[in-house]
Amino acid sequence: MLSIRNLHVSADGKKILKGLNLDVNAGEVHAIMGPNGAGKSTLSNVLAGREGYEITEGEVVYDGRNLLEMAPEERAREGLFLAFQYPVEIAGVGNLYFLRAAVNAIRAHRGLEELDAMDFLSLAKERMKLVELKQELANRSVNQGFSGGEKKRNEIFQMALLEPRLAVLDEIDSGLDIDALRVVANGVNALRSDKRAFLMITHYQRLLDYVVPDHVHVLVDGRIVESGDKTLAQELEKKGYQGIEVAPGQ
Amino acid sequence: MIDTIQETYRSSFEHQPEAPAWLAELRRQGFARFTELGFPTTKLENWRYTSTAALAKVAFQPAPVSAPDTKAIVDANRLEGVDLQLVFVNGRFDAAASTTAGLPEGVVVVSLGEALGSHEALVREHLGRYVDAEQQAFAALNTAYLGEGVFVHVPEGVQLSAPIHLLFVAAPGADPVMMHPRVLVVADKGSRLQLIEQYVGTAGASLTNTVAEFAVGEEAEVVHYRLQREGAEAFHIGTLAASQAAGSRLRSFSLSLGAALARHDLGTNLGGKDAWGELNGLYLVKGTQHADFHTTIEHTVPHCASRELFKGVLDGKGHGVFNGRIVVPRDAQKSDSGMTNQNLLLSRDAEIDTKPELEIYADDVKCSHGATVGQLDEESIFYLRARGLSLQEARSLLTLGFALELFEQIDIPAVRSLLDREVLAWLPGGGKE
Repeated sequence: MLSIRNLHVSADGKKILKGLNLDVNAGEVHAIMGPNGAGKSTLSNVLAGREGYEITEGEVVYDGRNLLEMAPEERAREGLFLAFQYPVEIAGVGNLYFLRAAVNAIRAHRGLEELDAMDFLSLAKERMKLVELKQELANRSVNQGFSGGEKKRNEIFQMALLEPRLAVLDEIDSGLDIDALRVVANGVNALRSDKRAFLMITHYQRLLDYVVPDHVHVLVDGRIVESGDKTLAQELEKKGYQGIEVAPGQ
Repeated sequence: MIDTIQETYRSSFEHQPEAPAWLAELRRQGFARFTELGFPTTKLENWRYTSTAALAKVAFQPAPVSAPDTKAIVDANRLEGVDLQLVFVNGRFDAAASTTAGLPEGVVVVSLGEALGSHEALVREHLGRYVDAEQQAFAALNTAYLGEGVFVHVPEGVQLSAPIHLLFVAAPGADPVMMHPRVLVVADKGSRLQLIEQYVGTAGASLTNTVAEFAVGEEAEVVHYRLQREGAEAFHIGTLAASQAAGSRLRSFSLSLGAALARHDLGTNLGGKDAWGELNGLYLVKGTQHADFHTTIEHTVPHCASRELFKGVLDGKGHGVFNGRIVVPRDAQKSDSGMTNQNLLLSRDAEIDTKPELEIYADDVKCSHGATVGQLDEESIFYLRARGLSLQEARSLLTLGFALELFEQIDIPAVRSLLDREVLAWLPGGGKE
């Protein structure tokens, strides 16, 4: 589904990703772990199409297409979803109003009929339950007055509505207490399927106790230096990134 | 003023229908004052950013008596659930299109022409008392042609739950047409009313020069919506002059998105303790449109509060002007006022001139003000695009959010949805969402 080959990315003249390789297949859950500054957020931003990055080398192929040539909205319509580390607050734009526009943009792209307000509302109500999002929050302006945990739940709620094929979750666990983490993780688990892949980017192993990955990769200084199964995360928890950084891979 | 143009105004001034002596005198004073002042020029501080040169070149005339067919535009602008409606076409009252049935006893909602006969004493007591026709040339011009418009009187203690909808249609046809309606609202002690003052128009050159005067009695409340969207060649000059007694409340919302040139002078005088005055507005300009809001809130006595929020969205080569004046004389202690002006520039060629003008002579007051000029937030645009919205949809949605935040407290559903529709239709892409 996703194939990243020798990806080199710079921002503001500074090299951040330095030859990253990664393959993700449908149905798989991958975790990318790494210390601060390793390039984790750059990877998720480049995948979603945020401006401000220069791709100097390499390629990203998504479903046989060159992902890097696609506009952000085209990626979203083709089933790519980024759960933001810092979801944006948007005054005056109703959460549900915005999401109906998004759902319908994606449906139109897939040749499906647009949902009217009633149909959308019943769908939204059903998906809201997944992340125990209060209805009053759904009716408010996008992320305005939401707590940190509510913003993250709102991201997962959006994912549940947009039904992506590849979900990139950027530090979805950051700033969450253990109860909120459990709710968010339950939401993610409920959306796991053999047609959908996840790329979870995290600093901490804690999230992986709740959303158990098939593959774990360690990202250090712009490259994946080690890959393994879920036990790798536990090993990291014990040794820290320090142990890996001194012996970088290829 | 160009002589031939002046002659046109004089001729139409002299050929007005008969009026009672007191009104004829008022008109005469108005015309004399207008002749002295002339059209404002950009040399005047109050008109620095708004040129009336294009307006002053046109030989506007009162519309002929035979009214054009405006049924379609009138029907299109009916508000669902708002039955109380007075319609004016080119400044002339259209009785057939108007409905004033079912008013509570004692409440008067009539054309000014009718009120001059039926309620002459009350009209005479208030007419021209609140607007400054001495200093404001267009108010003087409006006074020169006094005769038609609206008279509303809500007696003591009456809470009028049904909103009053005033629809003014400018339908110029081939010749430039002018109209000078006057709206007079007298809200007695403890009364309440909601007034929708709407201006629409068809293509062609028109001048709508309108003055509204509100006398808001003790503990009375007036909620005012002013919606202006006329044709591309229209000139709109709108004045609001309110006078508020103790404990009264005025809440006013303006939307301006039509006309080649729209100038609004909105003011209220807080003349009694504990009065609350609120002026809010939204202006949308694109192409080469020009919209100007000059507001004045005078805290004449202590212990009054005022709030002001104006937002502007400026696209193309549009030009917006906001000048918010707050006056607090030395004795008006414990005045509490807040004024905010926020502008969104959608294009590089758009322009906004924003200026708070605080004249505060009292020392124990709370007065805050702020003005911002910004662009759409790139982070927000990316967030929306990452959810599948196109760049244009994202921009439209954010613009809409910026604009409509202002109208969240509007509680007449038909007005709220009209505003939503108007703003959506104005947006690039014609409101696809």
